[in-house]
Amino acid sequence: MTASAHAIRQRLRRVPPSVIVVSVLLAAIVLLAVFAPLVAPADPNNQTLLARLKAPGFTYRGVTYWVGTDDLGRDLLSRTVYGARVSLGVAALSVIVSTMVGVSLGMLAGWFRGWTETIIMRLVDIMMSIPAILLAVLTVAVLGPGFLKLVLVLGLTRWPRYTRVAYAQTLQVSNLPFIKASELAGAGAVRILFHHVLPNIAGPILIVATAEFGLMILMESGLSFLGLGIQPPSASWGSIMSVGRQYLERAWWIVAVPGVCLFLLVFSVNVLGDWLRDQLDPRSRSR
Amino acid sequence: MLNYTVQRLIQALVAIFGVLTIVFVIMHLSGDPTLLLVPQDASAEMIAELRHQLGFDRPIWVQYIDYLHGLTQLDFGMSVVQRVPALDIVASRLPYTIQLAAGALMVAIGIGIPSGIIMATMRGSAIERILAAIVVTGQSVPTFLSAILLIFIFGVTLRWLPTSGASELRAMIMPSIALGALSMSTFARMSRIAIIDELGKDYVRAGLARGLSLGQTVFRHVLRNASIPVITIAALEIGNLLAGAVIIETVFAWPGIGQLAIQSIQSRDFLVVQVIVLLISFVYVLTSVLADLVYVVVDPRIRLVR
Repeated sequence: MTASAHAIRQRLRRVPPSVIVVSVLLAAIVLLAVFAPLVAPADPNNQTLLARLKAPGFTYRGVTYWVGTDDLGRDLLSRTVYGARVSLGVAALSVIVSTMVGVSLGMLAGWFRGWTETIIMRLVDIMMSIPAILLAVLTVAVLGPGFLKLVLVLGLTRWPRYTRVAYAQTLQVSNLPFIKASELAGAGAVRILFHHVLPNIAGPILIVATAEFGLMILMESGLSFLGLGIQPPSASWGSIMSVGRQYLERAWWIVAVPGVCLFLLVFSVNVLGDWLRDQLDPRSRSR
Repeated sequence: MLNYTVQRLIQALVAIFGVLTIVFVIMHLSGDPTLLLVPQDASAEMIAELRHQLGFDRPIWVQYIDYLHGLTQLDFGMSVVQRVPALDIVASRLPYTIQLAAGALMVAIGIGIPSGIIMATMRGSAIERILAAIVVTGQSVPTFLSAILLIFIFGVTLRWLPTSGASELRAMIMPSIALGALSMSTFARMSRIAIIDELGKDYVRAGLARGLSLGQTVFRHVLRNASIPVITIAALEIGNLLAGAVIIETVFAWPGIGQLAIQSIQSRDFLVVQVIVLLISFVYVLTSVLADLVYVVVDPRIRLVR
C-alpha cells in the first residue's frame, strides 16, 4: 500500500499546470453554487423595471449591477450564481442516477451471462440507437418540465454507456482468482459484485462519469435553452441565454455572462476528465 | 460475409423494433396520451371523444399492436393540429435538414480530419498543442452558444451573413459551422488516436527504414488503415448531427425537422414529434449497419476473422 501511495504522490507532483488551473476554476464554480445565497448580491428574481437591460456597472438607487441586468431588470450576476446551482445540481444528480442504474445492470450482465446478458446488452444497443438529446426532448415534453423530472430523464437516458464499460470490466475481473475464491467460500452474487468487483472496476467507470458530467451540463443547458428544462422564474444558464438571444443587439451581456460560465465549467470538466483518463488508463497515457 | 450481413441486419431490425417500443412507452408515460394532444383548456367531453376516436381507451397491448401495424403501413397517424398525415409534414421539412447536416458534415470532416492528421504526425510541436486546445474548446462550447456567437459576430456586428431562414445559400454557412463544430472535435480526436495507433506498428517502421518519408508513409499506408475506426465515427456522427439540428435549427430559424420538433412540442402535436424521433433513430441504426458493412469491405482482416 505504501508503495502505491508513494507512486500516487509522485504522480501528483507531475500534475500539469493546466489541470491545476481548471481544478481551481471548477472548485470556485462549485463553491459559488453551494453558497449562492451568501454570494449573490441580490434576490435573483427581484425585478426592477426601471433598470431593464442595463449594461455591466450600472448603478441604480445605490445598487450596482456588476454584470448588468436582464430584460426584467433582474440582477444578472445573482441569476448566474443561482443558475450554477441548477447546472451543477442537475448534472451531478443525473450522473449519479445513470451510474447507479448503468453499473448495476452492467455488472449483472457480466456476472450472470446467459439470458440476463442478452437482454441487458440488447437493451443497451437499442437505447444507444436513439440520440440522447432527442430521447430527452421527447420525454421531457411528455412528462413536463421540472428539476427532478429533468434529473430522472437525463439519468435514465444516459445509463447505457456505463453498462457497456461495467460489463466489459466485470467480464475481465470475474475470472481473477480472488473472485473465484470468494465464490467458492460461498459469497452471494450481490456481495461479490458490490464488495469485490465494484472496487476493481471503479477506475474506468470514473472516466465515463467525468465525461458524462460534462455532457449532462451541456444537455441540461440545451434543454433549458429550448424551454424544456428549468422553468421561469427559476434561473438556469440555458434559460437565461435563451432570453438573452432576443436582446443580442441591445444587451449582449445577458448571453455572454452565463455563456462564459458554461464554457469555463464544461471546459474544466473536459480537461480534468482527459487528464484523469490518462492517469487511470495506462494504455492511453502514451497518446 | 453473407452470414455476417444477415446477422447484422437482424440485429438492426431488433434495434428498430426496440426503438419503436421505447417511443411507444414514452408516449404513454404520462398515463393518458390524449392529454398530450389536446389544448390545455379542453373540456372533459372533448378529451373523452378524442380519446375514443384515437383508440386510447382500449387496452394498452391492443394499442401497441395497432401502433406497430400502422407503422408497417407507413401510417404514423394524423397531425392533430394540421389534420394531415404527420409523415407528410415531416417529409416536407426533411430536405432542409439533410442540406444542413451535409454542410455540417463537410465542415466537420474537412477541418477535423486534417487537424487529426497534423496532431498525430507533429506530436510535441506547438501546432499540435494549439490544435489540441482548439479541439477541447470545440468540445466544451454548447452548440447554441457557438451559434449565438456566430450570429453576434457575423450577423449582428459585421452584417455579413443572414441570421435566420433558408432563403439563400449563404444562410447555410453559419448553421453548418455551428452544428459541425462538435463533430469536428470528435473527428480530430478520433483520427489522431487512430493514426497514432497505426504509427506504432511494424510496417510503418519498416517503411521508414527503407527510406520512405513520414509523409509518404502516412498518406500511402497509414491513412488507409486508420480510416476504419473513423468510418464508424462518421456513421454515428450523422445521427448526432440530425439530433443536434433540434437546437441549431431553432436558433437560426432553419425550417428543417429540428425546428419542426420544437414547434410541434409547443403546439402539442406529439405525433409529429414521434415521427421525427423515429426517423432520426432509423437513420442512426441504418448508418451504423452501413458502417459495419463498409469496413468489412475496406478491411479484409475483419472479413477473415468472421
